[in-house]
Amino acid sequence: MRIGVFICHCGSNIGGTVDCAKVAEKAALFPDVVYATDPMYTCAEPGQATIESAIAEYRLDGIVVASCSPRMHEPTFRRTVERAGLNRYMLEMANIREHVSWIGKDVESNTNKAAELVAIAVAKLRGNTPLHSKSFEVNKRVLVIGGGVAGIQAALDCADGDIPVVLVEREATIGGKMAKLDKTFPTVDCSACIVGPKMVDVAQHPLIALYALSEVEEISGYVGNFTVKIRKRAPYVDWDKCTGCGACSVKCPSKKTPDAFNEFTGVTTAIKVAFPQAIPKKAVITAAHCRQMSRGKCGVCAKVCPTGAVNYDMEDVIVTEEVGSIVAATGYDLMDWTVYKEYGAGRYPDVITSLQYERLLSGSGPTCGHIRRPSDGREPRIIVFIQCVGSRDRSIGRPQCSGFCCMYTAKQAVLTKDHLPESQSYVFYMDIRAPGKMYDEFTRRAVEEYGVEYVRGRVSCVYPDGKGAYSVMGVDTLLGRPVEITADLIVLAVGIEGSRGAGELAEKLRISYDNCGFFMESHVKLKPVETNTIGVFLAGVCQGARDIPASVAQGSATAAKVLGLFARDRLENDPQIACVDMRRCVACGKCVRCCPFGAIEEVSVRDEQKAHVIETVCQGCGLCAATCPQGAVQLAHSTDNQILAEVNTLCRY
Amino acid sequence: MKTTVAYYPGCSAHGFSVDYEKSTQAVCGALGIRLNDIPDWNCCGSTPAHAVDTELSAALCVRNLDNAVKADANELLTPCPSCLSNLRHAAKRMEDPRFRARVDELLDNPAPAVFPEVISVMQGIARRFDANALAERVKKPLKPLRLATYYGCLMSRPAEIMDFGDPENPTLMESMLTACGAEVVDFPLKTVCCGASFGIPERAVTARLSGRILALAADMRADALVVACPLCQMNLDLRQKQAEHAADAIFAMPVLYFTQAMGLALGVPPGRLGIEKLRVNANGLIDKIEAAASGSTAPVEGSRP
Amino acid sequence: MNDAIVITQRDTVFMKDVDAQSSQKVSACYQCGNCTAGCPASFVYDMQANQIMRGVQLGLKEAVLNCRSLWMCLSCSTCSLRCPNSIDVAAVMETLRHMARRQNRITVPNVEKFWHSFLDTVRVCGRTYEIGVMALYILRSLRVFTDLDLAPEVLKKNKLPFMPHVVQNGGAAAIGRIMRRYKERAEREGVRP
Repeated sequence: MRIGVFICHCGSNIGGTVDCAKVAEKAALFPDVVYATDPMYTCAEPGQATIESAIAEYRLDGIVVASCSPRMHEPTFRRTVERAGLNRYMLEMANIREHVSWIGKDVESNTNKAAELVAIAVAKLRGNTPLHSKSFEVNKRVLVIGGGVAGIQAALDCADGDIPVVLVEREATIGGKMAKLDKTFPTVDCSACIVGPKMVDVAQHPLIALYALSEVEEISGYVGNFTVKIRKRAPYVDWDKCTGCGACSVKCPSKKTPDAFNEFTGVTTAIKVAFPQAIPKKAVITAAHCRQMSRGKCGVCAKVCPTGAVNYDMEDVIVTEEVGSIVAATGYDLMDWTVYKEYGAGRYPDVITSLQYERLLSGSGPTCGHIRRPSDGREPRIIVFIQCVGSRDRSIGRPQCSGFCCMYTAKQAVLTKDHLPESQSYVFYMDIRAPGKMYDEFTRRAVEEYGVEYVRGRVSCVYPDGKGAYSVMGVDTLLGRPVEITADLIVLAVGIEGSRGAGELAEKLRISYDNCGFFMESHVKLKPVETNTIGVFLAGVCQGARDIPASVAQGSATAAKVLGLFARDRLENDPQIACVDMRRCVACGKCVRCCPFGAIEEVSVRDEQKAHVIETVCQGCGLCAATCPQGAVQLAHSTDNQILAEVNTLCRY
Repeated sequence: MKTTVAYYPGCSAHGFSVDYEKSTQAVCGALGIRLNDIPDWNCCGSTPAHAVDTELSAALCVRNLDNAVKADANELLTPCPSCLSNLRHAAKRMEDPRFRARVDELLDNPAPAVFPEVISVMQGIARRFDANALAERVKKPLKPLRLATYYGCLMSRPAEIMDFGDPENPTLMESMLTACGAEVVDFPLKTVCCGASFGIPERAVTARLSGRILALAADMRADALVVACPLCQMNLDLRQKQAEHAADAIFAMPVLYFTQAMGLALGVPPGRLGIEKLRVNANGLIDKIEAAASGSTAPVEGSRP
Repeated sequence: MNDAIVITQRDTVFMKDVDAQSSQKVSACYQCGNCTAGCPASFVYDMQANQIMRGVQLGLKEAVLNCRSLWMCLSCSTCSLRCPNSIDVAAVMETLRHMARRQNRITVPNVEKFWHSFLDTVRVCGRTYEIGVMALYILRSLRVFTDLDLAPEVLKKNKLPFMPHVVQNGGAAAIGRIMRRYKERAEREGVRP
């Protein structure tokens, strides 16, 4: 083999603490190395040109680039060597930036360590063989999980690009959190009025199949060929017959059913259509509160339904869909705000969440848009908003900023003044975070035009004053004094976390998630909608706090990714996968059991059972290779021999 | 392992909270819990010791723990939250070898390796008698009484030292008083500071803080505040006039030790509970209980002016 | 020019000392003010709890160690309980008070006099007794009328024994020895006992 080695300076990133020329000098002496040099920026155009010309000039058939993490630029250099006529897998990288120059300052030690890493890479490269991808067909259908505004946007954009969409929504209606909001900042336009038409578009689009009241049960397969099992939960109403007329809920005698759509600020009937603009506009029975289903006597809704749609015996149905790509847009839920015992969260009725307040403001809410205290139905006069409840609070493991609370709090305070001109709102804040377009201007209007009193400081506690109001014990740190407000209603800007069940879904999707249940993107800056599972994309708050415009933009961004993926009829797999040496395989089945992707099957070869890797499903994780007691399974380009060669090389130092 | 109990009364038991001590002895006696004083016990140092030096505070506490160990005790009960806090803090701090070495320098002999567990008398009773067991022993239910519970700031804080349930909202006393038949109000200021030991050097602080607690209890129409701390009791009861003066209001709020309230429910004669030692007269409460117990349906007026 | 604090001239090791002695990380404080909001004694503070934390961060040693608030802290630890950054603010306050005392900075002498009166009775008797504490405190502070209004009530209820309750079996002497060793060590180490 004729190997060329390129030691990148990365400007001063590596060159500052590694003597790159010296590393190149040492590398020139390694086995099979015929050429070594140290370009300033190897990834830049002149750097890549150096590699290409060296391959031609020195007839190289293997390349080592010692530079940054392969995460970013391995694809870059694979393309480079390919342009020069080599197989793209005849490349190895040594990470002398993150693993060397950025973590140590001693030039001599760094230079030695860099040379060792290069020696390892050379040793591994010597065992490389050209690999060739297999291509496979792409099923050009997309699954969108979550029908909030981000999922709706992704679904509509994909469908408009002629891609059939399967949209799965857990609740009975799409619209997500946005459908619950009264108005949106900073324009104060009606939330339901702007998301409503998009919901209707989803319902009417011929390429969108909507599964409401449904959840993803199981996902198998890989990019281009996912198989998804979806559990359609029983609504106990035949939706093919239901017209959404609402006669059932008018007559339903079980009127004390907790109203989840209204964030439990009110009660509703056991059978109901979620809200007037619901999509699909179909009735659902809450089984636990239905008299017929819990006690076996009632049946009023079945009697009054003009189409005979009610069916108490309905059961969940599992349907299977085949798709080529998946968009996760599962949004968020509020964190468990009842941990704030000092605010009486969940203990005092007039201490409510911002989302509950949104329902009190909404014309379709439990109070028809009249702001009334949950405790006594009285109009509040003094309203206190407390920000950062469950955000920026390390003591409860929520160090992050929830992003949009500053803005919706300003909006809610403005709306409060609109609804109740005699009222006075106070906002306890630590910082006002309003970096969006027209956002800061909006918060200033809240203060200057609507008279909202902003108090800089946190609140220590809230307690009933025994006279029907609440004492709010806060502080004005600008004044340097504690302050106390006797308030009628307290609204907590509760922080957010990934929606309920996000972790389980992440595991089904084989993507990562953080300790607040937010899904991890592939690269924070450069791959913000991709995940580490190819073909799975992220839209909206499921990835982290963002407001409506950003969620919509990300919904569209995922659609662009899906359309880009589907622009090709066939995809290529990564050939760095496991392969089975049939002669050694004893069909013990350990590899089949340990494979997390279901990529190994047992086949019959000349009447003998043998393990066989399904090439397009294998992700090259190597678990099987490590598990196989016979050494029969080898991972291409990480064979046992190659790993031993690396170890042996290192042991020489 | 068999539980051997030692009892640490704390200095105030022989001083201004003699009524707490009496009622604690009476209630534990009625429940069959034997309280053997730690031989030769000394002052835990209270706030002044740890305010001056934590090692000095620990040395005073450790001598008591040592004596308890010598008396073969593995559980130590104390009625006073301040003593409880100091003893528990000392035991915790002694886990640090450097701290332990410094404290050992102050002691006659080095501290024992293992200390008995220190808990409050309230917890000690609750461990032995759950709500049902207590309710079975109630002779005169506190049914006619509407009580506000007040724990003070030391009993539940810091949570990791005191291990007394939710530090914002402890409920042990409520469950015990409910078992005794009382109506218990959800008292929001139950862990807010009453002014603590500032009653003497900075009485204005104490008057104002206690006033806030008393005013809310009055606004919530409580018949009495029930407390577990001698200092809180003194600030809220003995100094109630000072608080009234500061707040320009009349509270006339009886402030009972929880052992006094429990004792009444268990049928212990009021004289053995030190009820007469309270500055704000609590006889009205006793009348109500007696009236209810004797089946009288006539409402008893005048329990609170 | 105004009398701006020249923060470049701050004491840069002060925060490190406070961190080390209190086992806390004062730099974690982001000035939300929760400690001040919940502090029951804030109305008698000259420097609020959050301002003290800021002062420590900025190395304003003089201002912090001389402030009255250190002496008025009730040690109720509400601040620590609710700090969103899990700083034990009460431990920081106690550390600062210890630091101030060791350097003979006694901004509120009456509070310290009360403590000493209390500890003196413990030193002599092994236990504290209220009349003794009061008498010593009145002597030290010259506040003759302290709690005089309570006297009739207390006497009527027979709540305060006039005679001290002395620990028997040599216990009182043992406490005396603990106190003596403490005092001698403090003098040896050059700090205020």
